[in-house]
Amino acid sequence: MRLRLFAALLAALITAAPMAAQAENVLRWASRGDALTFDPHGQNETPTITALTQVYETLVGRDAELNMIPQLATSWDIVEPTVWEFQLRGDAVFHNGEPFTADDVVFSIERAKTEPSDFRSLLTSVSHAEEVSPFVVRIHTTQPMPLLPANLTNLFMMNRDWSDEHQVVTAQDFDAGDENYAVRHSNGTGPFVLEIREPDIRTVMVRNDTWWGLSVYNPHNIDRIVYTPISNDATRIAALLSGELDFVLDPPLQDLRRINAAPGLHTEEVAQVRTIYFGLNQRNEELASSNIEVRNPFADRRVRQAVYQAIDIDAIHSRIMRGLSRPAGIVTPSPVNGWTEELDTRLPFDPDAARTLLSDAGYPDGFEITLDCPNDRYVNDESICQATVSMLARIGIDVTLDAQPKSLHFPKIDNRETDFYMGGWGVPTLDSEYVFQFLYHTGRTSNGTGFSNARVDELTDLMSRELDPEQRNAYIAEAWQIVRDDITFVPLHHQVIVWALRDGFEQPIVANNTPQFYMGTFRD
Amino acid sequence: MLVVALVAFTLSNFVGDPISNMVGQEATLEDREALREQLGLNDPVPVQFVRFIGDAARGDFGISYRLQRPVQDLIAERLPATLELVAVSAVFALAFGIPLGIFTALYRNSWVSRFILTISLAGVSLPTFVLGILLIYVFSVTLQWMPSFGRGPTADLGWWSTGLLSFDGWRAIIMPAVTLGLYQLTLILRLVRAEMLEVLRTDYIKFARARGLKNRAINFGHALKNTLIPVITITGLNIGGLIAFSIVTETVFQWPGMGLLFIQAVQFADVPVMSAYLVLASLIFVMVNLIVDILYVVVDPRLRTERRVTQRS
Repeated sequence: MRLRLFAALLAALITAAPMAAQAENVLRWASRGDALTFDPHGQNETPTITALTQVYETLVGRDAELNMIPQLATSWDIVEPTVWEFQLRGDAVFHNGEPFTADDVVFSIERAKTEPSDFRSLLTSVSHAEEVSPFVVRIHTTQPMPLLPANLTNLFMMNRDWSDEHQVVTAQDFDAGDENYAVRHSNGTGPFVLEIREPDIRTVMVRNDTWWGLSVYNPHNIDRIVYTPISNDATRIAALLSGELDFVLDPPLQDLRRINAAPGLHTEEVAQVRTIYFGLNQRNEELASSNIEVRNPFADRRVRQAVYQAIDIDAIHSRIMRGLSRPAGIVTPSPVNGWTEELDTRLPFDPDAARTLLSDAGYPDGFEITLDCPNDRYVNDESICQATVSMLARIGIDVTLDAQPKSLHFPKIDNRETDFYMGGWGVPTLDSEYVFQFLYHTGRTSNGTGFSNARVDELTDLMSRELDPEQRNAYIAEAWQIVRDDITFVPLHHQVIVWALRDGFEQPIVANNTPQFYMGTFRD
Repeated sequence: MLVVALVAFTLSNFVGDPISNMVGQEATLEDREALREQLGLNDPVPVQFVRFIGDAARGDFGISYRLQRPVQDLIAERLPATLELVAVSAVFALAFGIPLGIFTALYRNSWVSRFILTISLAGVSLPTFVLGILLIYVFSVTLQWMPSFGRGPTADLGWWSTGLLSFDGWRAIIMPAVTLGLYQLTLILRLVRAEMLEVLRTDYIKFARARGLKNRAINFGHALKNTLIPVITITGLNIGGLIAFSIVTETVFQWPGMGLLFIQAVQFADVPVMSAYLVLASLIFVMVNLIVDILYVVVDPRLRTERRVTQRS
């Protein structure tokens, strides 16, 4: 009896102890997948960047409309054809008290170029950075690089001394066998300080009162951020509905009506900078997964156009995407430089014309083919593919659907093991060159269709070096015209992002799906 | 266990390419090849397997591709969550299953018994995720009595983190434990009931009644003890299964345990974690079965006397 009493007292004490709650504004939010690492140069993927961007900063930032704005650099200019000069902010301070200087920029660029860093590809044309004075740095490139500032919007700045002290001078090295200190600890210049990092369990950040931005922007009123990954869709929404969360980054489409109907909750949407498309193998002599021998149906442009025009994108838009998509005519959306409305106009849905094109090309009875599709990557990816199967059946193409998780699907594209696949592409630099470099240039990893056009390769090279914006845009326009006429990819739609929020919390929605919480406010 | 390790290892070569998940969309083919080389994924499979066994014997399962932390740290962090969940659900299943089983056996024809048995059918037939989401809907969204996800506040006792020392921790563990334990409960209930009914018909019970022993002594002193052996077997096997495969419940409740770690590893093709997990699961099964066998000897005196008899002759 006395033992039980003692145990009860002990329990009561332990529960009573913490939670001396001052009126603190705590942002509790969730999404499906956690950041993979807190090493700023470790993994170049959106959930990781979302977490890092609250704690670390870059030279060039983006505002809510994704325009480039000064962040750790106040201005930048080309001083010689292969040299960019950046003026740095003088009042930025790392969370451990060290001031931010040009030497840190030099170090961060060096570090991001090391072997294990996943951000190396942003810096392939960068040869080195040079400290001119404590707050002026010059970045030297191997050839003129008009887009360098855009490439720097995801390159986080680290402090050299802190990195030396904790031996994280290079990004995560898998061979070393030990966890790299930066994976769970951080030292940035950003508006929030990392307090607790338990991967897949929770990440807690607290307000940084020494942040330079507090005097530059409208001060935000968030004191603490608690992030929990919740992989199950139903549980994530239940937590929002029960009041345990203020913000959900990725509510499933079928729950949006429920959320909007619930008192105290609402959703916001914006067109995402990501386009979904089908890739058609035009490279091989014969397609491994088709029943046609000796010929490759997809090598004939008419067949590609037939596939394009057989897809009823409006049905997909209304039934599968529930209105939350923007049908596309090219594989990149409007915020990206080089997009025009004319380019983005689709060929009309016309199954009869499609059938005619097929028989003109020599396939009056259609053919068989396998469609490879991810089932856990894009919004309703598998459902879109299933709908496509029936649409293509109507014009005589007999499709076998192979839907798999992304870890099985994407290697197929890279290893050239697929003839007909669904893919998606985002553009972090908001410039068309990024699309051409990765999707259309001969031989690049993500060019799964085998498209190879000498003029497009030439244009891509020209646009990467051309400093005159008008001339550069002319190159971009010409390249888009060529690839659009070629129907290399069958574009589907640009995705739409939806966020779910509690009424008392405001956060402007951004097209790159990366909220920066210093822009958020609690209104209650 | 070696066989399990071999199977786990071979399978992991077919679950997908972790490299594509580890690099961003801009990574070139050369970058990917370099990473494959660095991780040793280009070595012949037998070589990789021998390396794996050697490391595993020392408890070193390498670094998780996804989280870039040593796998042994990850397992040490997540194991307490799963073990606590399984323990609470096992206690729940036993604490309610055995008494209800006895009750329905003793008062076979009462309407309460029939009612309990009918409800128990739900326990066996409802899939765990449906039950979990149902509980979340009722108790978190509508009534807001319990949190819909997570473990609540945890306290650290050495390397073990426990949620059982705080009221909020208990609030958080109840629904997952019920979800996980309901199937067990039903099983135990029906098993105890069936066994009790059979035991109550035996001769020695008849003689005990004839001798005038009190009902309480008969039911609990004699009948119940004899029904426990099958219960121990079933419970033991189930607990092994629960620890290894509480995946669905952990996913629904975002319970930071081994099951959630495993399913995320599968989705990412995080080979070190998957291999470590399967080896660990087989270890747990082996140990649980050992404990169950030992418990037999403790519980059933016949096993003890038989050995003595054979020793003498």
